[in-house]
Amino acid sequence: MSLEKQDVLKIAHLARLALDDNDAEQYQHSLTSVLDLVEQMQSVDTNGVEPLSHPLEAKQRLRDDVVTEDNRREAFLANAPQTEAGLFLVPKVID
Amino acid sequence: MVDQSIASLAKKLRAKEISSVELTQDYLARIKQLDGQLNSFITVTDEVALAQAEAADKLIAAGSTSALAGIPIAHKDLFCTNGILTTCASKMLYNFVPPYESTVTGRMLASGAVTLGKTNMDEFAMGSSNENSHFGAVKNPWNLDKVPGGSSGGSAAAVAAGLCVAATGTDTGGSIRQPASFCGISGLKPTYGRVSRFGMIAYASSLDQAGPMARSAEDCAHILQSIAGFDANDSTCSDVATEDYTANLDSPLDGLTIGLPKEYFGDGLDNGVATVIQDAVKEFEKLGAKVKEISLPNLNLSIPSYYVIAPSEASSNLSRFDGVRYGYRCEEPKDLMDMYKRSRGEGFGKEVQKRIMVGTYALSEGYYDAYYLKAQRIRRLIKEDFVKAFEEVDVIMGPVAPTTAFGIGAKTDDPIAMYLEDIYTLSINLAGIPAMSIPAGFADGMPVGLQIMGNYFTEAKLLNVAHKFQQATDWHTKTPSLAEGA
Repeated sequence: MSLEKQDVLKIAHLARLALDDNDAEQYQHSLTSVLDLVEQMQSVDTNGVEPLSHPLEAKQRLRDDVVTEDNRREAFLANAPQTEAGLFLVPKVID
Repeated sequence: MVDQSIASLAKKLRAKEISSVELTQDYLARIKQLDGQLNSFITVTDEVALAQAEAADKLIAAGSTSALAGIPIAHKDLFCTNGILTTCASKMLYNFVPPYESTVTGRMLASGAVTLGKTNMDEFAMGSSNENSHFGAVKNPWNLDKVPGGSSGGSAAAVAAGLCVAATGTDTGGSIRQPASFCGISGLKPTYGRVSRFGMIAYASSLDQAGPMARSAEDCAHILQSIAGFDANDSTCSDVATEDYTANLDSPLDGLTIGLPKEYFGDGLDNGVATVIQDAVKEFEKLGAKVKEISLPNLNLSIPSYYVIAPSEASSNLSRFDGVRYGYRCEEPKDLMDMYKRSRGEGFGKEVQKRIMVGTYALSEGYYDAYYLKAQRIRRLIKEDFVKAFEEVDVIMGPVAPTTAFGIGAKTDDPIAMYLEDIYTLSINLAGIPAMSIPAGFADGMPVGLQIMGNYFTEAKLLNVAHKFQQATDWHTKTPSLAEGA
């Protein structure tokens, strides 16, 4: 399994990571090594084996649909890089 | 007071031989004096610690029976601590001050423990050497040219060097056990779901588990008692009843059946490490245990299965770091996409970016079945190996890592070689069973950990087995000698 530089740039875009050309070449090599490492899975016969997503196979627990938390808007906004009028501020999305 | 157990310090605190404030001052002074050599702390919380110590002294005077009351400990910098900087050793969270407390740290606070600070780690817990930290590598107190292991390397180094009585760690693929082994301390990864993950910054949610790192199994038992148990805030936290983890530490081991998986003693295992493990097993035979050779045939597949599942879950978990609500944001973003991409490209370190991309690829359209689902099918095979083994044996023993601590920088050019070092620890997280590392001897002057694995929710049994070994041997009492003020 060998990745092209274009593949790396596509993955980086999906992962929302800005890479420069030099980075992309490095990752082309290091991602290919990891994919080679995991390739040995393909030789294992797993026909009829169900995927295991939770080690104890627990089911998702549900709670009653009631409000349990206080509104702590100020506390949560305090860590944001930019806020305005009680909202998180981001660069303009629509012209 | 350094090098003393939680139980003996608790006794001294109640006999008024020392106050928690004095004890805390001793440890803070030691951190100032010695941590320049180790870099095991990211943040030292002097004022918070002294205020907590004062409160603990009052608790003790009022008759508190909590073993942790007044005991100075440290937390891996991955647990959210209300009002205290929590970085996960990443530039991404260089300024993050959580507005809430993780369940683990909250329960230890409620037990009266004193927080000395937050320990260094591999960025977002991704690594086995503690070299992937935005705040610099941690040094092994037994040899400053060697790594302490990772990802909970700061916690392990700090406990080993006597900079705190005990510490918390987290273990996704060996991150408590391997640094415990490399630094010569005791560490326990509990059963998946035994300890709440609420307020732990997530790496791989189906594998992550918090646990104690301390000088002895008995100390680990006291901490587990405080942190284990159901928490409504973590939907994967188990409601299986907790046990009294200190009650049966002294139970005799007569008739205990120890399984030795032949796959743990094959090619790649360092001779010095093998000898230490074999000698430790002989010690258990003297204590009345029987030994049986077993097989975990799919052990080798734990590496590819883990290195698909963990990065896949990481790529999803770490998508929350987008420069909007907390953490690092790039300078002058052109638009929203530019802000996402540059904040993440500049805020995450190389290993973290690599794992995010591996996971993004494995989960992307057309590859999901071949990678993620395939890895989960293999995960079931690995779990079934353990289920079968525990029908015949009570505990399984083997090495934690193929070698002792390696040199700083020795494996940074070959990350795949570093991944392969995780061979003896990854399968435990995939299966979700509990496992410990305890000091069992030395090879070439560096500590070697013995790994003890148990069936689901048998933490009390593991601690009993480890404690009996520590009653019969003195490996866990060995401490490194750090030159003062160097």
